[in-house]
Amino acid sequence: MSQAVVAKLKQEYPAAVVDVVEHRGETTVTVQKEDIVAVCTYLKNEAGYNFLCDLCGVDYLGIEPRFMVVYNLYNIATKERLRVKAAVAEQSCCIDTVSGVWATANWHERECWDMFGIRFNNHPDLRRILMPADWVGHPLRKDYPLQGPDRQPYQGRLS
Amino acid sequence: MGVDLQRDVALTAPQAVKQNVLGDNIITTSLDKIVNWSRSRSMWPMTFGLACCAIEMMAAGAARYDLDRFGILFRASPRQADLIIIAGTVTYKMLPVIHTVYEQMPEPKYVIAMGACASSGGVFDTYSVVQGIDTALPVDVYIPGCPPRPEGLIYALIQLQEKIMREKNSFGAAIGVGEVVSG
Repeated sequence: MSQAVVAKLKQEYPAAVVDVVEHRGETTVTVQKEDIVAVCTYLKNEAGYNFLCDLCGVDYLGIEPRFMVVYNLYNIATKERLRVKAAVAEQSCCIDTVSGVWATANWHERECWDMFGIRFNNHPDLRRILMPADWVGHPLRKDYPLQGPDRQPYQGRLS
Repeated sequence: MGVDLQRDVALTAPQAVKQNVLGDNIITTSLDKIVNWSRSRSMWPMTFGLACCAIEMMAAGAARYDLDRFGILFRASPRQADLIIIAGTVTYKMLPVIHTVYEQMPEPKYVIAMGACASSGGVFDTYSVVQGIDTALPVDVYIPGCPPRPEGLIYALIQLQEKIMREKNSFGAAIGVGEVVSG
């Protein structure tokens, strides 16, 4: 069924879909980040993906574009899953919010902002959610030191 | 109360009851000792757990290990607590909460760092974890272990009881004369 949805999506938004990958029964659609709200609205209203399981960021340090925002969707009625990805460059580190499509995206996007520093345009309340409010930096970025910026990096056991 | 008090004070001040010239219902001791005795025999910890160590703390408080027999009753308000057991991993996000709870506790107050995380950060040598609660609070007793068994917690509580019994001028400090000299 996912193939049918992807075919319809391609028909509806031919410019938005960049890539489709089918791997071990999982379908992943990569889209342009400018069209993410339109694609998500279509997938929810027309294709029945009424549940956003997870929204997360991925840091591909050293590869351009550096970040990827991943949306894991679920159709509760048909038990179908679909993964949507959108690439975000480090220079313009922002993407439109989908919290108007799925309300749960509100907190997921706050986490993504907190951990990766990816801004979500038009988000109603873009604050940190996991780290303290006065924290500087985004810890899940690959170039963030594990033990914090104010500590010497781990040199191995001294004994 | 009379029987327990006589036995406990007898352990710390044998010469006081040895002569027994005052009869069975009179006890002679020092005011510091009776203050220390009453404090150490009714240490009320704050009901406050952070991670898996708190499970062991609950087990220590429950029927099998039964902290009640030491006069240790968990209190749900910091205003009624004498002791805070830091049971688990302390994150920087949690640290302001611990500070607030600790400051709401009335004096005298004691801190036990339970387990590897509370004592040193443990395996969580990362940006988000406080590397030992002693960077923020004055710790009286550290317990090793990951997590420590209830026996370990009970041993630490008895160590703290003995530390309280060694305190000097605790009566004087209670009526506003001088400071407590810790043992």
